[in-house]
Amino acid sequence: MTMLALHDAVAAYGEIRVLGPLSLTLTRGERVALVGRSGAGKSTLLSVMYDRWRDQGAALMPQDLGLVATLSVFHNVYMGRLDRHPWWRNLLTLVRPRPGDVAEIGALLTRLGLDDRLWTPCGELSGGQRQRVAVARVVHQGGGMLLADEPVSALDGPLSEVTLTALTDAYPTAVLAMHDVELALRYCTRVIGIRDGAIAIDQPSQRLAATDLLPLY
Amino acid sequence: MPLTATRRVTLGLILLAGVCLLFGDFEISTHAPWQALGRLFMGLIQPDFSRVDFLGEALLRTVAFAFTGVGLGAAAGMLLALLFGHVWVRTFCAFIRAIHELFWALIFLQSFGLHPITGVLAIAIPYAGTFAKVYAEILDECDPQPERTLPRRAGRLSALVYTRISQAWPHLVSYTAYRLECGLRSSAVIGFVGMPTLGFHLAGAFAQGHYATVGALLLLFYALIASLRLWARPRLLPLYLLASPFLLGTGLPIMWSNVARFFTEDIVPAPLRNGEGLGGLLPWLGDLLAHQALPGIWNTLLLTQIAMVLTGALAMTLFPLISHHFTGRHFTGRVRGALGHGVLVVMRSTPEYLLAFILLQLWGPSMLPAVVALALHNGGIIGHLIGRRSNEIQLRQDAPGGMNRYAYEVAPRVYGPFLALLFYRWEIIMRETAILGILGIATLGFHVDSAIQELRFDRAMVLIVITALLNIGVDILARRLRARLRLSHTAQSEP
Repeated sequence: MTMLALHDAVAAYGEIRVLGPLSLTLTRGERVALVGRSGAGKSTLLSVMYDRWRDQGAALMPQDLGLVATLSVFHNVYMGRLDRHPWWRNLLTLVRPRPGDVAEIGALLTRLGLDDRLWTPCGELSGGQRQRVAVARVVHQGGGMLLADEPVSALDGPLSEVTLTALTDAYPTAVLAMHDVELALRYCTRVIGIRDGAIAIDQPSQRLAATDLLPLY
Repeated sequence: MPLTATRRVTLGLILLAGVCLLFGDFEISTHAPWQALGRLFMGLIQPDFSRVDFLGEALLRTVAFAFTGVGLGAAAGMLLALLFGHVWVRTFCAFIRAIHELFWALIFLQSFGLHPITGVLAIAIPYAGTFAKVYAEILDECDPQPERTLPRRAGRLSALVYTRISQAWPHLVSYTAYRLECGLRSSAVIGFVGMPTLGFHLAGAFAQGHYATVGALLLLFYALIASLRLWARPRLLPLYLLASPFLLGTGLPIMWSNVARFFTEDIVPAPLRNGEGLGGLLPWLGDLLAHQALPGIWNTLLLTQIAMVLTGALAMTLFPLISHHFTGRHFTGRVRGALGHGVLVVMRSTPEYLLAFILLQLWGPSMLPAVVALALHNGGIIGHLIGRRSNEIQLRQDAPGGMNRYAYEVAPRVYGPFLALLFYRWEIIMRETAILGILGIATLGFHVDSAIQELRFDRAMVLIVITALLNIGVDILARRLRARLRLSHTAQSEP
C-alpha cells in the first residue's frame, strides 16, 4: 500500500455539513500540514481520516490528547503498545512495570524533557507536559502513519521543535493539523489549506511562503 | 403566579401524602411509651459493656458478614456491569436488587438454614445488582477519547483496564467504600432473622429488657461505622477480604435434602404440586391476590408515600445544620457544624429496620414507628448530601441572612438536586417499607413473613416477586419524573 486516498468524504453534525465533499490522495513518506483558521474543519478531516485508515495502522493524537488522568505518565505512554503484548502482561504492568519497558519509555521521555515525571499521574501535569506525554505515546506506538491534531499547540520555542522532530522521526508519513504556519512549512513536505470544509490550497511546502497562506485566515 | 412543573409535582406528592394519612393507622398503643423511651435513653448514657466476649463476637460477625457479602457482591457486580449493555442482564440486575436482603435471608433460611452462607448470599445478591448498575453508570461516564486513541488491535480486556477502569477507579473505590458502610448496616439487620450479627443480640437484649446492653450495642455500632475510615484502609482491604470468610462462625450444617426440596417442591405453587394444573392455579392466585397481595400493596404504597414526604420535609429542614451558609465559618460555626454532622451521622447510620424495631418496642404496633424510622434514616442521608451540596454554592457578599437566606438564596438552588435524590430514594424507601412488615406492620413483608411462618413458601415466593415488581415499577416512575423535571442524575450524586 503506497497510496492512501479519500474520495468525496463528507462529515455533518446533524443537518449541518461541516466538511466536504472532498477528495485527496496521500503518498507514503509524505508529511502533510493541515492549516486553516479554527472551525475550518481540520479536526473533522483528521477524524474522518482516522475512521478510514485506523485498520491500516494509523495512530491518532487528538486535540484533547485522550490521556487517562488517573494513570502515571509511564502507563499512558505504555498504552501505545497495548496491542503488542498479551492481556496478562498488560495487567501485570499496571501493578509492576517491567524494567525493560521502563528503560525504553524513560529514554523517550528524556528526549522530550519529561524524565523526572515518569511516575506522576497525568492529571497532575501542566498542559504542555500533558501534550508531550501524548506525543510520547504515539511515538511509542509507532505504525504506518500519524494523524495529529495540533501536536505542539501548548509548547513554545525549542521544545516545540524537539517534539516535532521526535514525531517526524517516528512517522515519515503523517498528517498534522497546525496553527503555526512557519513550523508547518519547516516540518512538512506538503501543505493543505482548509477553508469552510473544503481544500483551498494544496502545494508542496518548498513552493510556499508563510504569506501565501494568509488568505486562509 | 403560574405553577412550575417542579412545584406541581411537589404539591401533588404532599397532597397525596395528606390523603394517605386519612387511611393510615397511627396510634401509640403501649401504656407508657415515654417511660420506655426514657429507659432506652438511660441505657445509652449508662451502657453496660461488661459482657465483652458477647459484644466482641456481635461486632466481629457483623464486620465479617459485611465484608464477605459486599466483596462477593462487588466482584459479581463488576462482571455484570461489563455485560450491562444486554437487556436481559439489566432486567436480571433490576430484579435481584428489587428484593430486600432480609427477603433473601428469609428465602435462604428455609433452604440452607442457619449456615453462614445464608447471610453471605442475602447481602451479596442484592448488592451485586446495585453494584452492576452503578458500576456500569460510572464506566459509561468515562471520557471515551483514550479508548479511541488505542492501537486498533489492543485486546478488549487490556483496553478496558487501561482506559475505562483506570479513569473510573477513584469513583469505583469511593462508591464501593460507601457500599461497605451500607453492608455493615445490612449485616447488622440480618441478625434480626437469626444470623449471629448485631441485630440478633440486640433483639435478645430488648426481649430481656436489658436496656444497658442495648445501649452498649448501639454505641458500639455507631463507633464501628464512624471509625470505618480509620481502619478500613485501602491497603488493608485485601487482608480483611481474605480473613472475613473464616470469621463468619460455623452456624448449623446445611441439609442438602432441604435445599433440594425447597427449590424443587416447596416453592412450587400448591395447585401445581398437587397436580391440579392451571385450573387450580388461577383460583389459588386470585385468593392470594385478594387477601394478601392487594391489602399488602395498598398499605405499602400508603406508608411509602407518607414516609417519602416526611423524609423530604426532614431533609430540607435539617440540611442547614451542616451548611456553612447557616452555621457560619468561624470557630463557633465550625463547632455547630460538627454537632450538626453528628446528628445527621447518627440518623443515617441507624438502619430503618433497627429504628423501626426500637420504636415498635416503645410505641406498639402501628404505622407510626415505621414512618418515623423511614423518615429519620432517609432524611438524615438526603439532608447530609444536600448540606454538602449547599456548601459548594457561592453566595454574594451582601446576601441576606437567616430565613431570607434559606428561602431565597439556598433552598431554591438545592431544590432540584434534592428532588433528584428524593426520587432516587423512593425505590429504597418502598423496599424498606415492604420489609418493615416483618415487624408486624401490615405491608407486603407482613404477608411474606406470615406465609413463611405457615410454611407456605409458594405463597411467600409469589408475594416476594410481587414486591420486587412493585419496586421496579416505582423505580421506573421515579426515572420518568426525573427526566420530565430535567433533574440531572449521575452515579456520583448517588448517596
